[in-house]
Amino acid sequence: MHVVYPAVVSALLFSIGVYGVLARRNTILVLMSVELMLNAVNLNLVAFDVWLRDRLHGGQVLTLFVIVIAAAEVGLGLAIILALYRNRRTVDLDRLRALAEPGASGPGDASGPDDDSGDGPAPDTSSAGAPRPGSLASGTSPVTVPGADAGAPGRDGTTPGTVTP
Amino acid sequence: MTEAVPSYLSPTGQEIVFLLLGVLAVGSALLVVTTRQLVHAALWLVVCFGALAGCYLVLTAEFVAWVQVLIYVGAVVVLLLFGIMLTRAPIGRAADLDSGNRVAAAVVALATAAVLVTVVVDGFHAAYAPLEPGRGSAGELGSSIFRTWVLPFEALSVLLLAALIGAIVISRTDIRGRE
Amino acid sequence: MIALAALAVALPFLSAAVALLGSRWPGHARGGPADTAANRRAAWIAVVPTAASTALAAWLAYTHWTRFGHEGGAPFPFADASDVPSVTGTLTVVDTGSVPISLGLQLDGLSTAIAVLVTVVALAVQVYSIGYLRGDRRYPSYSAFISLFTAAMLLVVYAADLLVLYVGWEVMGLCSYLLIGHWWEDRANSRAAVKAFLVTRIGDVGFLFGVFVLGTAAGSFRIDDILAAATNISPVGATAAGTSMPVSTLTVATLLILAGVAGKSAQAPLHTWLPDAMAGPTPISALIHAATMVAAGIFVVVRLHTLFVLADLTLNVLAVLAALGMLGAALAALAQDDLKRVLAYSTISQLAYMAAALAAGSDGAAVFHLITHGAFKALLFLCAGAVIHAVGSNLMSAMGGLRRELPVTFAAMTIGFAALMGLPPTSGFFSKDEILIAVERAVSPGPLTDAAALLLYGSALATVAVTGAYATRAWLRTFFGERPAVALPEPAPGTAHVIDVHEAPATMRRPILVLAVPALLLGFAGAAGVHWGTAALSVAVALLGAGAVYAMWRSDPRSDPARMLGPFRLLCERAFYVDSAYRTLFVAPVLALAGLVVRTDDRAVDGAVRGSGRAALGLSGLMRSAQNGNLQLYLTGLLAGVLLIAVGAVVFG
Repeated sequence: MHVVYPAVVSALLFSIGVYGVLARRNTILVLMSVELMLNAVNLNLVAFDVWLRDRLHGGQVLTLFVIVIAAAEVGLGLAIILALYRNRRTVDLDRLRALAEPGASGPGDASGPDDDSGDGPAPDTSSAGAPRPGSLASGTSPVTVPGADAGAPGRDGTTPGTVTP
Repeated sequence: MTEAVPSYLSPTGQEIVFLLLGVLAVGSALLVVTTRQLVHAALWLVVCFGALAGCYLVLTAEFVAWVQVLIYVGAVVVLLLFGIMLTRAPIGRAADLDSGNRVAAAVVALATAAVLVTVVVDGFHAAYAPLEPGRGSAGELGSSIFRTWVLPFEALSVLLLAALIGAIVISRTDIRGRE
Repeated sequence: MIALAALAVALPFLSAAVALLGSRWPGHARGGPADTAANRRAAWIAVVPTAASTALAAWLAYTHWTRFGHEGGAPFPFADASDVPSVTGTLTVVDTGSVPISLGLQLDGLSTAIAVLVTVVALAVQVYSIGYLRGDRRYPSYSAFISLFTAAMLLVVYAADLLVLYVGWEVMGLCSYLLIGHWWEDRANSRAAVKAFLVTRIGDVGFLFGVFVLGTAAGSFRIDDILAAATNISPVGATAAGTSMPVSTLTVATLLILAGVAGKSAQAPLHTWLPDAMAGPTPISALIHAATMVAAGIFVVVRLHTLFVLADLTLNVLAVLAALGMLGAALAALAQDDLKRVLAYSTISQLAYMAAALAAGSDGAAVFHLITHGAFKALLFLCAGAVIHAVGSNLMSAMGGLRRELPVTFAAMTIGFAALMGLPPTSGFFSKDEILIAVERAVSPGPLTDAAALLLYGSALATVAVTGAYATRAWLRTFFGERPAVALPEPAPGTAHVIDVHEAPATMRRPILVLAVPALLLGFAGAAGVHWGTAALSVAVALLGAGAVYAMWRSDPRSDPARMLGPFRLLCERAFYVDSAYRTLFVAPVLALAGLVVRTDDRAVDGAVRGSGRAALGLSGLMRSAQNGNLQLYLTGLLAGVLLIAVGAVVFG
């Protein structure tokens, strides 16, 4: 078998995984895309193990290890996502803006009343939060273009004196 | 590595089967990242992983193929479905599964694919791997793992334990960090 | 003798220092009411050292005069300073590496005589000020400034070194500024002070550079060395090599010094500050702006007269300026309504007479007139101060008929005006006669060109007539006729209009009487050399002008005799619009330029700074929009970067 075939398939799978990681907003879908990328690597490992006729079966053994680690990673990732969901009532990546610059964080804090400012987990939301029907659909409409309105209102309002002549 | 490379124009039966499975895997992966229904994405992931398991079989890595089916299809996807359920994701069509970053993501992904495919084709178009059945059997792999790779294997078991404990600690609400 | 001269300079200076440092001791809040005790103490601090300096200066002049006599047949004992032996004392030489600076004093006929004038007038003014500024809460600093001024003027007079002279020269300018602006609460006064300071400063820059040119050309700043270098005669004890100066250097230096002289002595192009300087207290006008400081310019020219004689061009310039200045200022004086402004323009005119004598080559006549003028003009100003003190207004239209109320002032001022007109037997008659003779002689071949000499002579004669006219006008309008009913400002509630015209207090009256004596008699020192033909001509011309004014006044005592000027009256009253011309020519362009610079600074320079700030903020705003917390965006950027690096590695690697 030509090595090119599994290599190309694996490259395409990896690129699809990249797209999924970058373009999906649901965190679970991002996790799936990460799995796709891991599988692309696995395919490469197996194909090159076969091609190189490794007597120690390094490629296939490493594939097994990767599968195991991937399983652990999915478990941990889902645990994190669940904790996130309990605290924020959302799993949308583009509404999680705690990393934004404090002065410029417009939409993450101002988009909805259910968004905390991001300073640590709020302990009571896990138990007291009633299930919000359609939280993905209802809460995300104000932030359709997150990059565009990230600067203007928050910057002028929160840094007085720097721009005014 | 050094033997003559057969022509690409006369593919063997194994190659045809591999290519079909590969097309199936890539197509279902595309559906995973483009579908508008969250649960469908998980199901298309099952198809993709299954096709990949078939690819492993064609490549004579039978043990890896079964492990793939067992762990990925059996465990990981079920975990993902649990996650979907627990986060109360909408079942059915959702219009906003893609973020605003989509165009940039598509550009980067296409560029990645172009670069990778170009490099791979350029580097390995002369490589040919004759397939010998039995090299990936459970016995061979088992003896290899428990002789040569036993130390990493044990380390991996510790890692799994740590991941297990971590997942429990993170997902339980009655365990607090120090304030 | 030198030590005594230094003491004479130092005493008023120490007085000023003590008064300035301790004026408010033992401590009163600023802006409080006048402290009578402090004022009295300040008066003692001011008067006693000045009196001591006067005594010292008089004794120095007497000893100098008895020791050396006044040989040489000069018409006046103080004339021709270079001929009379001098005593020079150099206290210290500052070795600068190039041209050494000597801190020296010099005693000769000229300096001792002028020093006596300075100290006598200063003493009179100090005593007079006690009464004039009674109750003024800034009197202590005022008297201290007068003391400082006296010290500076004495330094100028006694200086043996041009740089030492320049120090005194600048301190005088500073004191003039401070004293003109004594009542700085009135905006016009502080404006006048700033104007005087700026205008004299323009001249002083020229003066300083003239000093530098002379110093470097002669290799020394000592006046003796410079004069010797100019004439290429090696003096006894000269420290520098007697190098000769080319005429071009001499011309440049004297022209530059002439600029300073014109500024300080209020000569034609730079005279505009003097009438405005009348905003200061009247004793200051008498001391600084009539008798002494404005004479300093003439004094410097006399000191360096040897140089000026050698530079024909400078002499001609001086002659033309003097001719224009004397006639123009006299005409302006004829049209003024403010008594002090009349005297101010008269001062400009009389100083121009001295300059004319210098241009004609007779420094003796100039010094003679300087001294007599110092006496009678100080007398006139002090009398004017008494009149103003009594009437409460500067305007002659508010005066009239004062000869009955102020008999002493009337008598003294009559002497002053007679001296100003040059009527015998007052001092002005003799000194003016000397000048006219000198100018008449200059028409014959000499350093002056014929045109300049003729212009000077004609101008001098015409000015004699105009001087007679304006002096008569001021005299008549002040002391004769009827006082017009002036609408006094509304008095405070509960008080009545009180018109209390009476003679000034003794502290003001006595200096007037003291000064009246030299104004009347000083001229007889030079009585030996009177040329009766010229004298008769000048008296006749002066009486002609006076008679014309008297005729106009007789016809209508109530109106201003200046109406005989007809259409030129407004022109003369505005002093030929020189101030307006300067405003359009210099002030307005400078203000426009300043506005332009301000706008440029505001828009271009500050704009660049602010603009760069705004640009940086805008750019960083763009960059910040990337920092929006969206992890996927970060990851996209990261992967794109990795891709670029990979492509770069593949393509270029």
